[in-house]
Amino acid sequence: MPFFMVLASMMGYGSLARESGLSLGVSVVSSATVWGLPGQVAFAELFAVGAPVLAIMLASSMANLRFLPMSMSMLPLFRTDQRAWRWRYILVALMSINTWALTLRHGPAMPQDQRFHYYMGLCITCMTGGLIGTALGYLLAVSFPFFVIVSLIYLNPVYFIFLFSGVRHRNCILALLIGALLGPLFHLISPDWGLPFCGIIAGSAAFWIDKRMKASPGGPSL
Amino acid sequence: MTDVSFIGGLWGLLILVSLSTYIWRASGVVIAARINPDGALSQWFNCVAYGMLAGLISRIMLMPIGILAETPLADRLAALAAGFVLFWVFKRHMLPATLGATAVFLALTTLRSFGYL
Repeated sequence: MPFFMVLASMMGYGSLARESGLSLGVSVVSSATVWGLPGQVAFAELFAVGAPVLAIMLASSMANLRFLPMSMSMLPLFRTDQRAWRWRYILVALMSINTWALTLRHGPAMPQDQRFHYYMGLCITCMTGGLIGTALGYLLAVSFPFFVIVSLIYLNPVYFIFLFSGVRHRNCILALLIGALLGPLFHLISPDWGLPFCGIIAGSAAFWIDKRMKASPGGPSL
Repeated sequence: MTDVSFIGGLWGLLILVSLSTYIWRASGVVIAARINPDGALSQWFNCVAYGMLAGLISRIMLMPIGILAETPLADRLAALAAGFVLFWVFKRHMLPATLGATAVFLALTTLRSFGYL
């Protein structure tokens, strides 16, 4: 399932990249090296409108700021496995929302030496899907009607909504709910800085509420 | 299109963009190596990651950019609601929920583009 998910959403990127005037090679390689849809979309769209180089770098970097807390929360799973730890800079380069969320869900229950294989298998699957998808989207872009392309793009957020609906930990559930509420509001205030602030505020609120609830067993006392 | 001749063309731009993204991933490694994985700080970062992702996805759903913005909000939410019904019917299985929501969305946008809605 992750394979087809990534394939479909990167097809959307492939067709966008073509419209933006990127070459096939740059489009496919950007999927591998940037490996995060919002950053890639910023790269392609800003290039198309002729934004300055520095602005393109900043925008795609900011769009991928989420990788900082993501890599910090995932790496502890690999810390006790010597071999995996040596690969840590590679592990984070291959990380996507998909591989991160699935590894955080299934990793903790796994023996430590199996996590590395699980994660790498997942990453290779997703990356293969992503690169094939980008190339397919680029090559087929003109032959898809609007409603197909837009549905392929819609698939991406919907998939993540249901992926996160399976999250069990209370502090994570709280962070998801508060974040979902604040995300659009903060975006209205600042499209560039809204998301990092949304993450910090939603995450801190969730963390604090969860601590308070733990401290007072017998029901929520807030 | 952006003038990229002074940084070695499109490939030069790609290298710069890739590096400016990788900075976040690499900083995560550097910090993760210095904090206690079971400690409160690590849990807090976990919460921040979830908060940020939820904010991003909710923003894409409610205020999309690009071609998704050309579809009505009602279609996006109706399809999502159908997905949640399936999620509940199939006892929290993602596959029927995700495919069902996308199928409903595809049907709605198809009907619209042929003028039936």
